Amino acid sequence: MNLGRRISVIVAGASLVGLLVTSCAPAAAPQPAGKTAGTSQTTTGAPAKSSGVITVYSGRAKGLVGPLLDQVAKDIGVEVRVRYGDTAQLAAAILEEGNRTPADVFFAQDAGALGALSKAGQLTKLPDNILNRVDKKFQSVKGEWVGVSGRARVVAYNTQTLKEADLPESIWGFTDPKWKGRIGWPPTNGSFQAFVTAMRVLEGEAKAREWLKGIQANSPKVYRDNTTAIQAVASGEVQVAFINHYYLFGQLKEKGEYFAARNYYPKKGDVGALMNVAGAGILSTAKDKKAAEAFVEYLLSDGAQRYFAEQTYEYPMVQWIPTDPRILPLSQIQAPNIDLTNLDDLNGTLKLMQELGIL
Amino acid sequence: MEAVRLALAITRRDRGARPPRPPTLILAPAVLVAAAMLLPIAYLVVRTAGAGEDAIHLLLRGRTLQVLANTALLALTVTAATSVLGVALAWLTVRTDLPLRRLWSVLLVLPLVVPSYVGGFVLVAAFGPRGMLQQVLAPLGVERLPDIYGFPGAMVALTLFSYPYVLLSVRGALAGMDPSPEEAARSLGCDLRSTLLRVVLPQLRPAIAAGALLVALYTLSDFGAVSLLQFESFTYQIYIQYQGSFDRTLAALFALVLVCLTVAVLYAEGRARGRAKYYRSTVGSIRPLPIVPLGRWRWPALASCGLTVMAALALPIFVLAFWLVQGMTAGQPLQLVWGPALNSAYASSVATVVIVAAAIPVAILAVRYQSPLSALVERTTYIGFALPGIVVALALVFFGVRYATPLYQTLAMLIFAYVVRFLPQAVGAARASLLQVSPRMEEAARSLGSSVPGTMARITIPLLRRGLLAGAGLVFLTVMKELPATLILSPIGFETLATSIWSTTGEGLFARAAVPALLLILVSFIPMAFMAMDDQSGQ
Repeated sequence: MNLGRRISVIVAGASLVGLLVTSCAPAAAPQPAGKTAGTSQTTTGAPAKSSGVITVYSGRAKGLVGPLLDQVAKDIGVEVRVRYGDTAQLAAAILEEGNRTPADVFFAQDAGALGALSKAGQLTKLPDNILNRVDKKFQSVKGEWVGVSGRARVVAYNTQTLKEADLPESIWGFTDPKWKGRIGWPPTNGSFQAFVTAMRVLEGEAKAREWLKGIQANSPKVYRDNTTAIQAVASGEVQVAFINHYYLFGQLKEKGEYFAARNYYPKKGDVGALMNVAGAGILSTAKDKKAAEAFVEYLLSDGAQRYFAEQTYEYPMVQWIPTDPRILPLSQIQAPNIDLTNLDDLNGTLKLMQELGIL
Repeated sequence: MEAVRLALAITRRDRGARPPRPPTLILAPAVLVAAAMLLPIAYLVVRTAGAGEDAIHLLLRGRTLQVLANTALLALTVTAATSVLGVALAWLTVRTDLPLRRLWSVLLVLPLVVPSYVGGFVLVAAFGPRGMLQQVLAPLGVERLPDIYGFPGAMVALTLFSYPYVLLSVRGALAGMDPSPEEAARSLGCDLRSTLLRVVLPQLRPAIAAGALLVALYTLSDFGAVSLLQFESFTYQIYIQYQGSFDRTLAALFALVLVCLTVAVLYAEGRARGRAKYYRSTVGSIRPLPIVPLGRWRWPALASCGLTVMAALALPIFVLAFWLVQGMTAGQPLQLVWGPALNSAYASSVATVVIVAAAIPVAILAVRYQSPLSALVERTTYIGFALPGIVVALALVFFGVRYATPLYQTLAMLIFAYVVRFLPQAVGAARASLLQVSPRMEEAARSLGSSVPGTMARITIPLLRRGLLAGAGLVFLTVMKELPATLILSPIGFETLATSIWSTTGEGLFARAAVPALLLILVSFIPMAFMAMDDQSGQ
């Protein structure tokens, strides 16, 4: 009896809390911090107002893109409902949902996830006015997804033990036995795998295998992602790690300039300086295609592109938007000339890495 | 010797009497609950149906089997370590005159709320080769600490953050135990040590087994700690499949292997729990439990409680606070997240009520109406707990979007996902507690004309109170930190503390993760404090 009453009190209490939550939910949503897209934004290149409601599955974290997405309704009148999650897991969820997916747009951390949806026939072709804003290198051949911001592959190095001059010109230099025990890498990370794929495409299967084996011989430490890898570099747990460039800047923001890691762009134009993209695609089942297109167009507007350059320290996909001064500009990166759409042979890469016992 | 045998004779009773047929009112809901628990397996079978030769080949390669063996070893070691720690701490906080034991009993449960994806980060930050401890020791010439990565690190992390499973389960059993066998043993000349080993410990067997089972299955399903501490477990492999190739077939195949491992663990636990009876069979009044004076042993006892709380609770809080201060010094604004905190508390409260309600018929069926069917129903509820969260989430995506479209990605769906993932926590606690209640009470009520539901409401459930509350506590704490299902199945825009933590740690923004992480621990503290107060009033 006592317990029964207690339970009913709990239920009543819980529903009350629920009512409170639902009634004050919009007000409780955290406000974007500091400088947001709104303040730094000009309207040049921004699409015209349209209306509608769309659902976005975002594999990019709320901490990074939340302030921008919160701005969309105000700027173009499209109400955006966002589900944040892990890129790979959201892609798996969309594949599971199939035709019934509530998602209209998929905003992914890497091109691989978009490729998987495209392969399954779940994406639709984007209009030319969107595709034309972005270099052909950074979009799908079928025009089913488009790069929104770029991230360069870099070698993060510990500044207490190394100077840039100590680092080899090419990532091949790291197969030298003198790097034994000093390297960290995140082999399960999508960008890392894309980089291996690029190496296979550019230099051939045999060379890629040779490089992986060479690094393996130097007993690299395995980190689960870019974040854990760069922290290990800064603490001196390892001296170098193969990661994406922009993780450094988030750390600098939080930990201050004393954070003991910096980025190094391999000088020779090999895959060490490959450019990856985060991108977006529209689901073929999207209910309001016009609104979905307006949203993707918005991501490529000058204001949004400036947001990526200034707030997430990425490379804008729209050429005339300047990069952050601390980042090596695109024109100076000796990135290999490779078409990202050639990177869809991920399975071959996974097979190779499995065979070598890396995965 | 004679004393022990006599003492045990009081607790163990006739075996072999044919159990009665369960009433539909218990059987039907229990079977329904079990059927819901089978959804993930059904999904895995559907997904694996398309597996080609390649997939089978990959599954059977030497490395996979090696990973499977490593995972089993990790589960075994963590289970053994948590059992020792959990039993010792439970006994100290329930049956001794340990100073401040109310406080300890709250603090010692709380590490359960530290999500392993936070705990792992914290351990690496503190004890990594060049972590905070090394920084402190650096003036003494310590350049590098021994590597914590791999098996030892994963084992320590999982032990520290999952021993409360054993602690809570054993504590309930210790508190509800009939003191007469102990008294008989002591009066017949047994010393404290042999009374503990030969009278108390055997009676705790089902409770230890229930807690240990949760630990073992939790270890199998954990991703956060193993990935951060660089131990390649089977669940890690499953995540890699989703991560790299978006290959749901291969992931499903791996997950099915994990199900097989789970069945083996369940079988082992079934053997370990035994078939003895644990309720008092004689007439007698319920007396307060004897409290053992610790004497000078009080200091080592205090030290072990203190060390555990330091490592599993104070350390994470300290490191989080450090990150917060560091971030604020570097100019990051302090962002309080009351909305997500309310959402977390709300979803966890509702889920707790639903899960406890669903656990009651399953536990009654399993204890009072023992049969192969009831055993199967009870064991089935454990499957969802042993699977990686993402697998359960995708299973519910698969079925939800097809067959429950209006409910898809609503709060109801999310709560259902929590039920599938966390039901066994409540079933185990309720079961262990019901084992201590004599069926004579219910029989007496029935013979006096009370109906089946009436008996349940007025006799069984009130007597189960302690077990249900323990189960409720476990469920609440684990729902609070649940991540994969919450990300995919919650109503859109429904942010919880766990998702707030995740969305920032993934990008390495620890200062911003610290606020929701600290709030998570704070909010979880409230029901635990209530439970501890309730314990006090009950005694």
